[in-house]
Amino acid sequence: MAAIDYARPLTPSGNLRRRRAMDRLMRYGCTLAAIIAVGILVLFIEAIVQRGASVISWSFLTENPNESFGFHTAVGGIGNAIIGSAVICAIATVIAMPIGVLIALFLSEFATPRIANPVRLALDLLYGLPSIVLAIFVYGALVYGVGQSGFDASLALAMIMIPLIARTTGESLSLVPQELRDASHALGISRWRTTLGMTIPSALGGIVTGTVLAVARAAGETAPMLLLTSYANNPVTTGFNPFGPLNNIPYDIFNFSEEGGPTNIAKSWGAALVLIAFVLIANIVARALHARSRRMITR
Amino acid sequence: MSTPAIAARLASTRRRSDRIGDRALVGLTAGASIAIIALIGLIIYDIVDKASPAMSHFGLAFLGHTTWNGFTQFGAGAMIFGTVVTSFGALVIAGPLGIAIGLFLSLLSTSRIAAVIGPLVELLAAVPSVIIGLWGIVVLDPVMRTTIQPALSTVLGWIPIFAKPAIGYAGSGIFTAIIILAIMALPIIAAITRDLFLTVPRELKDGALALGATQWEMIRGVVLSSMRPGIASACILGLARALGEAIAVVQVIGNVFQITPSLFNNGNTLAANIALKGIENNTHLETASIFYLAAVLLVIELLVNLAAQGIVRRYRLADVTSGSGKKPARPTSTTTPIAVTAAKD
Repeated sequence: MAAIDYARPLTPSGNLRRRRAMDRLMRYGCTLAAIIAVGILVLFIEAIVQRGASVISWSFLTENPNESFGFHTAVGGIGNAIIGSAVICAIATVIAMPIGVLIALFLSEFATPRIANPVRLALDLLYGLPSIVLAIFVYGALVYGVGQSGFDASLALAMIMIPLIARTTGESLSLVPQELRDASHALGISRWRTTLGMTIPSALGGIVTGTVLAVARAAGETAPMLLLTSYANNPVTTGFNPFGPLNNIPYDIFNFSEEGGPTNIAKSWGAALVLIAFVLIANIVARALHARSRRMITR
Repeated sequence: MSTPAIAARLASTRRRSDRIGDRALVGLTAGASIAIIALIGLIIYDIVDKASPAMSHFGLAFLGHTTWNGFTQFGAGAMIFGTVVTSFGALVIAGPLGIAIGLFLSLLSTSRIAAVIGPLVELLAAVPSVIIGLWGIVVLDPVMRTTIQPALSTVLGWIPIFAKPAIGYAGSGIFTAIIILAIMALPIIAAITRDLFLTVPRELKDGALALGATQWEMIRGVVLSSMRPGIASACILGLARALGEAIAVVQVIGNVFQITPSLFNNGNTLAANIALKGIENNTHLETASIFYLAAVLLVIELLVNLAAQGIVRRYRLADVTSGSGKKPARPTSTTTPIAVTAAKD
């Protein structure tokens, strides 16, 4: 047995030292991973702001792309794309919000587990399907042989939005205290009046949150736009008619970046800045709404 | 009219309107729910139906063929290869990183730091894929060409997957697509595993620490080992995201039908080719072949998503039947929490 050195400071040695080092290594590794993720987000935003800000001007936001010989020249903007995106997303929201809320109501208020399980599975599967699959489905059903339209894109976006809205609404419906429903029933109020007059207003925050998040998500979807409403620049018009092809921001970003060339890439970054600003603001608003409605319900 | 008569009439009208109202509301909600199940069925039926000309023309040999000449010969081989390589490559990068972030956010950081970093990681999932693709073309491609590829090829070039690319390498290719897809899968895996790790009972963690385990030993022995099925399903959902991405992959992968060992060569994926060829004026056979690709992708995605669901359901069952009688502190979310709204094309 080795002699004990009583003068030695009390520091870990041998096995404990190795374990401590391993512990520190893994903890630092996890921290580094989080820093990497945040760093990527910062890199994205820095690149978009740095390259997009100089392009943004009033005329860029309001004018239509100026086409000559099929190529986008330096002049022109994304005015018709902003209008097209707004129209397409608005129609998608009008379709998706009632359906999403109805499904959430069915799952939380009326369904027995036996019926609820397949519906939940269908929602999860719809959520999990890539948007390109939804896009090619709508393409085959409505576009092939008929022609593109903004409305077709709205339908595909609605399919993406429904599971999102249903899930957020469902979460907030589950936060409405059962006592409130019981009290309403005890007063002799029928189920539908209870639902419309008490349950839905209590869960309104969740419904709005889900819708805002779903719109933010739908606004950036590109695959449905590419297949369903991409020939809009030809001819360049400011369109409000959803039954013809409508230009839109994601397609502009994709199209400019694929065509290449400094002016197109610059316009791509400009459109990307508009889109990311909308998505980030919508996410922050939704987050604030979510926190607020949670406080209001659970108070 | 006497008061009781009025009361009786009021009662009867209320009953009638309530009967209609109740039925209408239940009917509407049930109708919407059945419609969503029907929609899944319709999507599967319609895509397979539109693909049937190509299915009967090429049969299953379609899956192995690597040619796509635009006239007579179409095959999914190169695209299935590209899809598998890019999405598993993305999972190799995003899996460990995402789990590490989940650990950091749930166990290692203070709650105040997690309240800042967590939402930022979730915001990463909200960045539209077309913007990530644009960043890939303009920012990542040159870095790949000038720095990453030469470095990897010099050091690891003896491994075929890091071999020098063909002359004229511009930075786009399979490896670039892997990085882009990893960035997309990362926040999904991080958010799900974070919510998962938060459900580990405090007594177990404290017990391990009280026995003298370091924090990492506690994580390895208690958290990671007890949450293995959940981690697997989180990774599968991240994989599903990478498998189905079309737009950003079109932008960075180069879109060439070939099977090559080197990750620095151009390639193609199922989703990317559907997006790319879907907008062209095609012959009847090529359109049917595109739907065949969509059917293959649809089957893969359905299987992968069902696997993730199945793991979670079985795991939950085990959780309930384990007899501890304790529910997790926070409900385990099978899918992405609401704040994660990844763009998914």
